[in-house]
Amino acid sequence: MVSPILELSNINKSFGHVHANKDINLTIKKGTIHGIIGENGAGKSTLMSIVYGLYQADSGKIKVSGKEINLKSPRDSIENGIGMVHQHFMLVENFTVLENIVLGFEGELIFGKNLKKAKTDLKNLCDTYNLNVDLDSIISDLSVGFRQRVEILKSLYRGAEVFILDEPTGVLTPQEVDELFKILRSLKEEGKTIVLITHKLNEIMDLTSEVSVMRQGEVVGHTKTENTNREKLAEMMVGRSVLLRINKSKVERGDVVFKVENLTVKDDLDVTRVKNVNLEIHAGEILGLAGVTGNGQTELLEALSGIRKVESGEIYLNDEKISDNLGLLNPRELKEKGLAHVPEDRQRMGLVTDFKAYENLIFGYHDQEPYSKSSIMKENQILDYSKKVMEEYDVRPRSPNLMTSNFSGGNQQKLILSRELNENPKILLVGQPTRGVDIGAIEFIHQRLIDMRDKGAAILLVSVELEEVLSLSDRIVVMFDGNIVGERVNKDVTDRELGLLMAGVA
Amino acid sequence: MEFLADIASLTNSTLRISTPLIFAAMAGIFAERSGVIDFSLEGKMLMAAFVAAVGSYFFGNPWVGLLMAIVACVSLSMLHGFASVTHKGDQVVSCVAINILIIGLTTALAAAWFGQAGLTPTLTDDQRFLEITLPFADALRDVPIIGLIYSDILSGHYIFVYLAYISVPIVYWVVFKTSFGLRVRAVGENPSAVDTAGINVFAMRYKALAINGVLIAFAGAHLSTAVNANFFREMSAGRGYLALAAMIFGKWHPKTALVACLLFGFTDALQIRLQGVELPTIGTIPVQLIQAVPYVLTVVLLAGFVGKAIAPNAIGQPYIKER
Amino acid sequence: MSVVVDKSKVPWWVSNLIVPLVNLTLALIVSALFIFIAGENPLQAIKLIIYGSFGYIEGFAYTLYYTTNFVFTGLAFAVAFHCRLFNIGGEGQAYIGGLGVFLVAINFSFLPVSVVWLLAIAGAFVFGAAWAFIPAYLQAKRGSHIVITTIMFNFIASSLMVYLLVDIIRDMDQMGPHTVALPENIWLPTFKDLAALFGMKIRYSPLNLSFLLAIAASFFVWFLVWKTKWGYEMRAVGHNTQAAIYAGISPYKNIIIAMLISGGLAGLLSINEILGVHHKIVSGFPAGYGFTGIAVALMGRNHPIGIFPAAFLFGILYQGGSEVTFDMPNITRYMFVAVQGVIILFSGALENLFRPQIESFFVNRLNRRVEA
Repeated sequence: MVSPILELSNINKSFGHVHANKDINLTIKKGTIHGIIGENGAGKSTLMSIVYGLYQADSGKIKVSGKEINLKSPRDSIENGIGMVHQHFMLVENFTVLENIVLGFEGELIFGKNLKKAKTDLKNLCDTYNLNVDLDSIISDLSVGFRQRVEILKSLYRGAEVFILDEPTGVLTPQEVDELFKILRSLKEEGKTIVLITHKLNEIMDLTSEVSVMRQGEVVGHTKTENTNREKLAEMMVGRSVLLRINKSKVERGDVVFKVENLTVKDDLDVTRVKNVNLEIHAGEILGLAGVTGNGQTELLEALSGIRKVESGEIYLNDEKISDNLGLLNPRELKEKGLAHVPEDRQRMGLVTDFKAYENLIFGYHDQEPYSKSSIMKENQILDYSKKVMEEYDVRPRSPNLMTSNFSGGNQQKLILSRELNENPKILLVGQPTRGVDIGAIEFIHQRLIDMRDKGAAILLVSVELEEVLSLSDRIVVMFDGNIVGERVNKDVTDRELGLLMAGVA
Repeated sequence: MEFLADIASLTNSTLRISTPLIFAAMAGIFAERSGVIDFSLEGKMLMAAFVAAVGSYFFGNPWVGLLMAIVACVSLSMLHGFASVTHKGDQVVSCVAINILIIGLTTALAAAWFGQAGLTPTLTDDQRFLEITLPFADALRDVPIIGLIYSDILSGHYIFVYLAYISVPIVYWVVFKTSFGLRVRAVGENPSAVDTAGINVFAMRYKALAINGVLIAFAGAHLSTAVNANFFREMSAGRGYLALAAMIFGKWHPKTALVACLLFGFTDALQIRLQGVELPTIGTIPVQLIQAVPYVLTVVLLAGFVGKAIAPNAIGQPYIKER
Repeated sequence: MSVVVDKSKVPWWVSNLIVPLVNLTLALIVSALFIFIAGENPLQAIKLIIYGSFGYIEGFAYTLYYTTNFVFTGLAFAVAFHCRLFNIGGEGQAYIGGLGVFLVAINFSFLPVSVVWLLAIAGAFVFGAAWAFIPAYLQAKRGSHIVITTIMFNFIASSLMVYLLVDIIRDMDQMGPHTVALPENIWLPTFKDLAALFGMKIRYSPLNLSFLLAIAASFFVWFLVWKTKWGYEMRAVGHNTQAAIYAGISPYKNIIIAMLISGGLAGLLSINEILGVHHKIVSGFPAGYGFTGIAVALMGRNHPIGIFPAAFLFGILYQGGSEVTFDMPNITRYMFVAVQGVIILFSGALENLFRPQIESFFVNRLNRRVEA
């Protein structure tokens, strides 16, 4: 019998009226890789943030190695040997790797002896676990995979025995995932304990020896991994049986609707992020664009939707050139020509969260009739329209006068989607349509996109979720370092093959 | 020779005039590097000037005045922290509130306590800081070049002038060479990273603000108990804003901020020098217009060169941990 | 432990009425403390304030005269603030606006009076807007922080106007830095003149026809910000610039428009001061009203419906305050500048001090009533 290293009993946590964790009991055995699976909003991250001392539980007990501890801040957790690699890395971008790692554990007021010692210690740790990180690099120069290693190294340096990893693979290529899993296994061999939070069933099956399932703030199941399978886990996760594949009818694709020729785009810091890209999208086709975050997809989408300046190249919509010497037409003119855009970051770009829902439902179309006339907003028409649309897209709560920030992620995304789809665009640009959205809404959103395609729209789908790209697209292109490095027809491709392309290896 | 003397006197005034700007810019670096906008340098400087003058007057000792000014400014910094760090209020609004509050309060209290329209009583020499003659300054005066530099430019300043220039390397060292500085910079760039490292984000910002309060107090005390012998209404005259512009122009870096402060100091010194002077072809520039030169320069600097000055990443945003 | 409130359940009158009133009360308590420190009795001061502002008809007229000024500068700050711009340059914009009024009035005084008035309003607006243009342009194009640039433009306006008043447009027969008086026929009728039409005899007060302009300006701002496409776009830019760009709304254009309107509204202050009261440009006539506008706008939650009562409250403080300064030697008008600072602090920066507690109190009470 392996002794438990971490025991949680009757943990409760509420945020206002949201009961994020209900009476959680969980035991993690020493030296294992323990998976915690659940959909978005199931309370996994909240629970682990409590274990890491970021939030305080409203009630309940936490024991580490049999000893009850009181976690008031991350410092208490770190001192008890708990380390956490967050979904969004907790790194200071313009600091070096070394500075990031010693932060908070400098051991001296004036940098000198301890910093030198830290450096040698870290080099040793790098060697032991094959991490291969250059301590003097600036974080912003590192790839996502390496940043994650810095996070792991950080926990190691602080003497962690338990490593909590929150959705660690979301931003990695399949090859980087392999590397990560190798590191995690070698950590396990050294006797460390790993808690893996994920919503991906494959990872649970591949890596863990035990798994706990969370749903709506509760732990609803717990089992040895060898005794379960993907379907059973999925059912537990959602509370009903789910289709893991989307039913997609076969549609004859039409003519080319959207054409991009030799497009080059720079980012705000004048770095070329999109390099000579060529794309063609047909009517009735979803073109999936796969790639690791930060390989130019964001800039590409922004350029195609008229938000970002085009350095060079041409863009055609139904054979009409929609770019000129200054780049693309502005977003509003593009909308009139039938281009719609669901942006990657809904809170930063897709919505004004301090607007009421009805104000967001016409955002970008606000100067068109019937929403406004001679520059005066027609509030009644907008409200009538909003009620209708919210009904149609099942947005909850159905109150157009409610502040947008009070809607959940999935409902916010539905607001955007309804707005952009309602004009029946000829070309739809979609970025990360289901990021941070609960599974029910994911199904709904996917179905809507397929419907659009069936109606003959051309769709460009940008997503870092390979599974999403694979299940929705008819054709897939992969972007690496600003270039389109490969194109495949969906039915002929495996995720390994795409992974190699995404890593720029193939 | 007269030209050299002119240069010497201009340099001398530049050093003196830059002094409050330097303290304020260094104070601003601490606040803003930690992620807290500080437009309230102006109000705090004014507060320090008032409290220092009043303290020196009542206790007969300028050091007591300085100490009280420090306490007052640190308190105002804490108030700014309470509003914008703890209660996540708008940082700019908090600063504007402090500035207006202090303009009113200092003048109103001066009037209430001393009966003169916004003036405090003139301090005697015992009650204020006096110019310091450096050792051998008199003896070296007649030595060519060295005498000019040592005796005419470097010697004969108030203690604050020397402290200001000493503060720059110290601030640099603290910000870039100590673990405290590392944490301050980290909290201004990515507070979540600091929080997950087990450091209290709020406490770090309060600490940075406390240092900010100490430094800005020196600027105010310099105005009312050194270069002047009393406090008068709105005597900070926009220096807090100038210093902030210098800090932004210096990209939140002590050394470059110093250069910008000196540029302001020099412009101001030149403007004073040019008042009433007949210039070739232009003639005499009206005094009101020439006085506006530092303000115009501020706008020009902010407009022309700052452009892409990269502020600390988390500046102006309250830290919200819970979702 | 912080209190989390479900925002969708909070009644509007709690967030928009109860909370601001609690904040105001706190601010007034702190202000009373200042008066105590200055060596006077706060209760006595409050009595004087109420008497001074309401106790006799001329006092009340004075209150409304001040209100007029604060409505203009409050609206000015609010319009820019909806675009997330801190226009603290109202003081300078009002000052330069005065130049516009004067130039128009002196050059076109031969025209029919009502035409002169309209032209003067246009002059005030255009000159105020022009003075806001450079900071606006620099913010939009160069990212130069508008707080610093507008403050600098206050200093520059002050220098420029003193220069003009001393060297260029001074009434050369007089010593003081002010211009010649405008012809009497174009002065705005005062409250006293209007009352005389109805046979009422009252003494002079500076309240004049500009008060109606302030009401009109409030309607204008309400309509602009909440009922037009421009207001919608300005608010979008203010809340989320990135999203605005995404929706094809130009932040650049909206920053400029918001600042021009803001500067123009601040400029209207000079209609009251110059066309209504002084009838000439006197040095320093904006007298801090521009800064008071910040407090007025923040207290009024940047909405004309809030700004009007807030301006009225400051009118009471100013008029009542001058009564206080007569009777209490230790209190000067600067005490009321400090009070503004306190009000900005409590209704702006510290507006959330007790908000969660108050809101959850009412939400719980209302819930209980529903359940019962």
